[in-house]
Amino acid sequence: MPIKVEDLYYTYMGGGPFEKNALHDVNIEIDDGTFIGIIGHTGSGKSTLIQHLNGILKPTKGRVVINGIDTKQKNLKELRRQVGIVFQYPEHQLFEETVKKDISFGLLKQGLSQNEIDERVMAAIQSVGLDEAVLEKSPFELSGGQKRRVAIAGVVAMTPQILVLDEPTAGLDPKGRDEIFGYITKLHKDSNMTIILVSHSMEDIARLAERVIVMNEGTIFMDKPSKEIYSQPEELEKIGLSAPQVTYLMKKLKAVYPGINENIFTVEDAAKELAKYLNH
Amino acid sequence: MIRDITIGQYVPGDSLLHKADPRTKIILTFIMMIFIFLISTYWGYLLLTLFTAITVISSNIPVKFVLKGLKPVLFIVIFAGIINIFTIKGTEIWSWGFLSITYEGINVAIKMAIRLFLLIITASLLTYTTTPIALTDAIEKLLGPLKRIKVPVHEIAMMMTIALRFIPTLLDETDKIIKAQSSRGADFDSGNMIERAKSFIPVLIPLFISAFRRADELATAMEARCYRGSEGRTRMKQLRFSGSDAVVTVITVAFMTWVLLMEYVLF
Repeated sequence: MPIKVEDLYYTYMGGGPFEKNALHDVNIEIDDGTFIGIIGHTGSGKSTLIQHLNGILKPTKGRVVINGIDTKQKNLKELRRQVGIVFQYPEHQLFEETVKKDISFGLLKQGLSQNEIDERVMAAIQSVGLDEAVLEKSPFELSGGQKRRVAIAGVVAMTPQILVLDEPTAGLDPKGRDEIFGYITKLHKDSNMTIILVSHSMEDIARLAERVIVMNEGTIFMDKPSKEIYSQPEELEKIGLSAPQVTYLMKKLKAVYPGINENIFTVEDAAKELAKYLNH
Repeated sequence: MIRDITIGQYVPGDSLLHKADPRTKIILTFIMMIFIFLISTYWGYLLLTLFTAITVISSNIPVKFVLKGLKPVLFIVIFAGIINIFTIKGTEIWSWGFLSITYEGINVAIKMAIRLFLLIITASLLTYTTTPIALTDAIEKLLGPLKRIKVPVHEIAMMMTIALRFIPTLLDETDKIIKAQSSRGADFDSGNMIERAKSFIPVLIPLFISAFRRADELATAMEARCYRGSEGRTRMKQLRFSGSDAVVTVITVAFMTWVLLMEYVLF
């Protein structure tokens, strides 16, 4: 089992007056090559959970095992090579003089040869749709969207088997968002990477993820295939979340035109369904 | 890891000390710190320790939390203690070669340890029970008279407020960047001194950039709200002395007078 989280508990600032239980009773198993969406309110424990996947945080209680490596062990090099995490606003981590050097940062630490590094950097910028011309530029002259992609490329260049993205499109315009999601989907399909996408947007998760984990107050509220999650919006509404807007629209339409299929979660599928219904 | 530092942290609460005016607390803390150095008998220290303990308990701050704040100074106390024990001349109790321990040395070491601990606890009680904003407000008020000799008191206080306000933000930011870079393979714990110092470049550069960006944004936001320095500026929350100030002052001053009388008249 590639990702296995067993009975995970995590407490921030243990012992002080600010002690906070961030995670409790978390159990997850994830197969290779799946596209997982994690959704939940701010403070529901999403970010804490993903930081356990490469050993940045160690469980207060319980176990996290990735491809047979327990994250509690000392040497985390191999683990961090296998699990790439792209944090929120990853462009804030850029620091090198040129884009190329910045993307090579992790690869140099792995002690790869210069040829190998050059190849990986090229592959990485292509996989996020950046032009070769940016390589010699300073990351600070680029636009916001480009910086974001450089930062993602820095993680992708390490060729992780598991790529975790925390709100990778926060603060981007719809076009930038669609592009980034396009490249993520492509990485998932082409290299059979396991993708774990953390997002606030039901629409994005519904469009991309095969399986959705809903977090609430530090534990897993639901863990089901996308389709099942959204077919019961009442459950989501209980914790103040909701199904994608288009699902509600389809439900309303069905009330008027009973022939319509209401189990629809993306705008694209809704368009198809309506076209089918109208041509019928 | 960074979050383990507790000195200077505010702990919300509703005790008498929390309610007292920050000016009262600053002045009393200051007097108390001088007072600690006026005491030189074990009787005096015992009373002082009891008084400090009662103050901590009455402030409703977890004792464990206060003790945790003493950890960073433990090293200094032990170090100073060892030097005192071995260097002060007097009645020898034990000697080996050039090393000798004297009765006076042990005495000074113990008293100094008590003094340092009491000083730290007293000073941190001020910050535990007062928000940073209230503290700088009080400092601005207390330094008010210096305005006459053209000291930019308001500006200094504003700078302090902003600096204090950004400590947690920058700590958070550092934490985030360290996490992000170590996810990319950065290693902060191995190698020699120079390598380790170098390994912090990927943290420091993004940190500086974000600090400058925040400073810029803050300046814009302040200007957008028409901030123009101290001239003609009034406050929404005026500092006012209240009943709790009278109680706190009377108790502290009475206690100090009593101990001083015992020290200098009775013993």
